[in-house]
Amino acid sequence: MKLIKLMAVTASTTALMASAAMADTTLNALFMSQAAYSEDNIKSMTSAFEAANPGTRVELEFVPYEALHDKIIAASGAGDDGYDVVLFDVIWPAEFAERGFLTDVSDRVAADLTSKIFDGAWTTVEYDGKRYGMPWILDTKYLYYNTEILAAAGIETPPATWQDVLAQAKVIKDKGLVEYPLVWSWSQSEAMICDFTTLTAAHGGVFFDDGKPAFETGGAKAALDYMKTSLGDGLTNPASLEYFEEDVRRVFSAGDAAFAMNWTYMNSLVNDPAESQVAGKVGVMSAPGVSGVSEASAVNGSMGLGIPANSPHADEAWAYITHLTNQATQEEFATLSLPIWKGSYSQSAVTDGQEDLVAAADKSIAVMYPRPLVASYTEVSSILQKHLHGALLDQTTSEEALGNAAKRVARIR
Amino acid sequence: MSAISRSREKWVLLLPAILVLSFITVLPFFQTLWTSFTDAEITAREQQVNWIGLENYIWALTDPDFLDALGRTLYFTVVSVGLEGVLGIAVALLLNQQFRGRMFLRIIIILPWAVPTIVNAVAWRLIYHPDYGALNSLLLQLGLIDSYTSWLGDPDRALNMVILADVWKNFPLVAYIALAAMQTIPGDLLKAAAIEGAGAWKRFRSITLPWIIGPMLVVLILRTIEAFRVFDIIYVMTRGGPSDGTKTASFYVYQEYFSYLRSGSGASYAVLVAGISAVLILAYYAGVRRDQRGA
Repeated sequence: MKLIKLMAVTASTTALMASAAMADTTLNALFMSQAAYSEDNIKSMTSAFEAANPGTRVELEFVPYEALHDKIIAASGAGDDGYDVVLFDVIWPAEFAERGFLTDVSDRVAADLTSKIFDGAWTTVEYDGKRYGMPWILDTKYLYYNTEILAAAGIETPPATWQDVLAQAKVIKDKGLVEYPLVWSWSQSEAMICDFTTLTAAHGGVFFDDGKPAFETGGAKAALDYMKTSLGDGLTNPASLEYFEEDVRRVFSAGDAAFAMNWTYMNSLVNDPAESQVAGKVGVMSAPGVSGVSEASAVNGSMGLGIPANSPHADEAWAYITHLTNQATQEEFATLSLPIWKGSYSQSAVTDGQEDLVAAADKSIAVMYPRPLVASYTEVSSILQKHLHGALLDQTTSEEALGNAAKRVARIR
Repeated sequence: MSAISRSREKWVLLLPAILVLSFITVLPFFQTLWTSFTDAEITAREQQVNWIGLENYIWALTDPDFLDALGRTLYFTVVSVGLEGVLGIAVALLLNQQFRGRMFLRIIIILPWAVPTIVNAVAWRLIYHPDYGALNSLLLQLGLIDSYTSWLGDPDRALNMVILADVWKNFPLVAYIALAAMQTIPGDLLKAAAIEGAGAWKRFRSITLPWIIGPMLVVLILRTIEAFRVFDIIYVMTRGGPSDGTKTASFYVYQEYFSYLRSGSGASYAVLVAGISAVLILAYYAGVRRDQRGA
């Protein structure tokens, strides 16, 4: 009898210990609450992960993109209480890797994945031959146009070049169809740098040459001139200088713009009647090029998932990252963000109902242009933001603005 | 009780406060001061921190962008605190009158001050919104503007608009202190002055203002310190834009630390901001002293 009691006690203790161990791990994950996957998407993906991994729970935190970088840094000193999984932008791996904020996961990434995922996606997580996470959001900015406004203006084909964009916008403005045909996210932020990069790529410009600033002349200057002209001619909505991506979506959804530059996520939202007054009247295309220079243009706006160096749960974190980035998950949620997997683009789950977007992606992914891949990128960008904004506000000429920015960049400590 | 034991008793009673303050302000201040003379950076790797003397300070004081930010911060402080002072006293004078609904007004006037800065900033960003902001709608309906304006889209205007939002939030504090001080003025004094033929302005200049000046200086000093290190309202409303037009000195401290990860340099910016605040406070005290001697 005593023996039975002892066995019962031992068994129940073991069961208790096992359940305690299983419920032991809570992962803290940091995401952004704008563009790409929605909070609901990420919650659904996470629920599926938790259901398949009963021992692991994931606490989700969403912050605006603008706060993401600084949040990751601030939490790096939080020891075991920091994040276990973080979303990071394509422009940060150099800085994060050099300072040791992210865990090197090169050994965890299966070798056969390299060829199955787009190169542009891999650059998001690579620095100095090592991998610091898995690419997750393969994104770039596309040119959206309102087909109804274009038709009313008698325009039969969407613009083939950036010059065409201005010419068509002028026709639309002159006919009084909308006051400002173009809308962009040109607030003093990274969003503006993404549009500037797209236009710089279109005009054949470069940011750095042999480690030295090279954006004062050539394609980068042409890009800024283009931005200034569109504002000066009243073709770009002047409030663009205050706008982020969500403002652009709202203005375009209200039918107050004929053209808009925005990320993948806008495609499904502007075609959703609950969110938009122009649903079903939207065209999406790869951002055009400049005649004689380029066919199309795009900025590499991809993002990846990594494990901060101070995470005590690297194995569980990697399992979660693997779940979020796997092909099946990405194909299930392919409306707000397109998969990183080459094979997905022939799957009907991904292409159905968004053939135009997938066709545009096909063209854009091939020409995705990187922002400067330097460890001091955050500072380079904020210097450019200030001076570009000065030029767009007509405080300086393009030449002065870029010259001053180059001087300031050369002075970075 | 002897003088010595009374003095010891005071120190014993003060000790807990001194200890707490040492840990949360004195110690961090000296730590920041030390860091400001080094090349420390934020990194997860081992780092060799070197003493580099005044290099960070020389860098900061020769950085035209930081000097611009200091000028901007000074402008923000002077205009914002000045307006809060004038508006606060004016509202206090009104609330000190006898009229129906006075109690109700006294209660709701504190609301802006009770709202957290972040909420206030978000609310004003919506009010100023170029497309659906209430300000545009109001001014358009009143016929004061012809078309919607981008209030935060122009650098100079943006700074003034942020100041307006800051004043709206903070003037109730000034008004409350002024009102409290005004209520201690003996009614007989004001009545006697009125009988002697002193007009409203004269009574205000010669009785009310000198009576409330002490408490006003205290609250304005507090507001000056707060205004000079302004950060949160800027971070939420404009993030320093457009074209750095609203980037204040504290924003540089934050940026240097958390965006560019140079903690040594960031510390020197922080010490400079603290130092200038100290100078402003001393100037105020000097003003109070002179005023009291003059009175």
